Amino acid sequence: MEPIAQCFTLARKELLLQWRTRARFGSVLVFGVTALLIFSFAVGPDSTALKAHASGYLWLALLLMSTLSLQESARLDVQNGALEALVLLPVDGRALYYAKALVNTITLGTLGTLLVPIVAVLYDASAKEGVGLLVLSVWLGAAALVAPGTLYAVLTSRARAGDVMLPLLLFPLVVPALLGSVKATEVIMLGDPMGRVYSWLGLVIAFDAIYWSLCGLLYPLLLED
Amino acid sequence: MPRKTTIIGILGILLYIVGCYDGLLVAPADRFMGDIQRIMYVHVPCAWNTLVCFTISLVAALGWLLSGARARAEGRAWKWDELLEATTEIGVVLGAFLVVQGMLWAKPTWGVYWTWDPRLTTVAVMELMFVAVLALRGFVDEPVRRATWSAVVTLVAYVNVPLVYFSVKWWASLHQVQSSPSTVDPAMVLPLRINAFAVLFMSIGLMGLRTQLARRQRQALLGESDSDSTASSGGAA
Repeated sequence: MEPIAQCFTLARKELLLQWRTRARFGSVLVFGVTALLIFSFAVGPDSTALKAHASGYLWLALLLMSTLSLQESARLDVQNGALEALVLLPVDGRALYYAKALVNTITLGTLGTLLVPIVAVLYDASAKEGVGLLVLSVWLGAAALVAPGTLYAVLTSRARAGDVMLPLLLFPLVVPALLGSVKATEVIMLGDPMGRVYSWLGLVIAFDAIYWSLCGLLYPLLLED
Repeated sequence: MPRKTTIIGILGILLYIVGCYDGLLVAPADRFMGDIQRIMYVHVPCAWNTLVCFTISLVAALGWLLSGARARAEGRAWKWDELLEATTEIGVVLGAFLVVQGMLWAKPTWGVYWTWDPRLTTVAVMELMFVAVLALRGFVDEPVRRATWSAVVTLVAYVNVPLVYFSVKWWASLHQVQSSPSTVDPAMVLPLRINAFAVLFMSIGLMGLRTQLARRQRQALLGESDSDSTASSGGAA
């Protein structure tokens, strides 16, 4: 089978797995909403400040949710020796990575999209530059968190103290993507008279391009042993 | 081999004493910052050598990842993993010094310990990424797995350093322009140069000791005999 066909078959398997563990998806979403609610206590009931920082809260919530959803998706693979079985199949290691990363992006992107209306309600945020662009920035940022996250999750799910190691490895790494996403979402929410949104989105796209290619190359090396 | 690096390390300590003497007592004080500027003689060499250490870590990571199955089976590839462990650890220590020295210099000149300047933030993020590499090594026991995983993480982390720098640079900026020897008084360049080599030599000395320690730890774990040195401390498990 061609690597691309393999990738789609594997992605279908991943999606099916996501569907069958959808209670988990719901819990992660509720966790994100709780986080958004808690963040507002850091500022107090100052609606102007909350509105100004809404994009930062959205991305922090999404970052925290990403570790939960990535770790869980990798844990399911390791749990019953499913990963070993997959490696034994004549499947390209890169296809395994891209299938997993694709489905993780779909999961995280959907979670992020569902958080947007909640951010709008809690912090009185609006999308001055259009909801479509806001959702696009959420998906691009989600893809940026997922690219190294998928690589690291397969590694930390097989290490001791993996639940601590994943954020320890991932958070400093995604600083550029997080900066770009927060700024892009911020200018989309508050208005963009200087036309900066595309340079921030460009940064996120560059991060996506670099890590989607690099991590795809490196992932097979982590399955060798 | 450890012998030579130890001699270089001791030479580094002696050079450092000379460099610090020159920097603290001989070189002129800065026109604007006064004596505070003398922290540069330890700060800048630390910065250069932190980057040198992490760059060697990258080379070691590539060396391990590109080594063939045969080099690994014969045990020749382990030198890359030992080097990676040594240079990452030394880089993290130098990086910690760098951040603390930077904060001590920032307080009297900028009035705050911390600003969101690109270089400051990049060093902090870089430091955390490489601390994570060491933490990961601590949590993985199987040597081949540990070597491959830490090489992959080192590679990914290193690629990120310029990205962090440019993203934070867009985001906010305040740091003074880098000093280059052409804009600095020659009397100030000398201690800077001496200390740059002093820290480099000390790092090389530590690298020699640390790679040897890493090799012995691995041999003790795998129960291999110590074929490289005369002391037979390994033994069968």
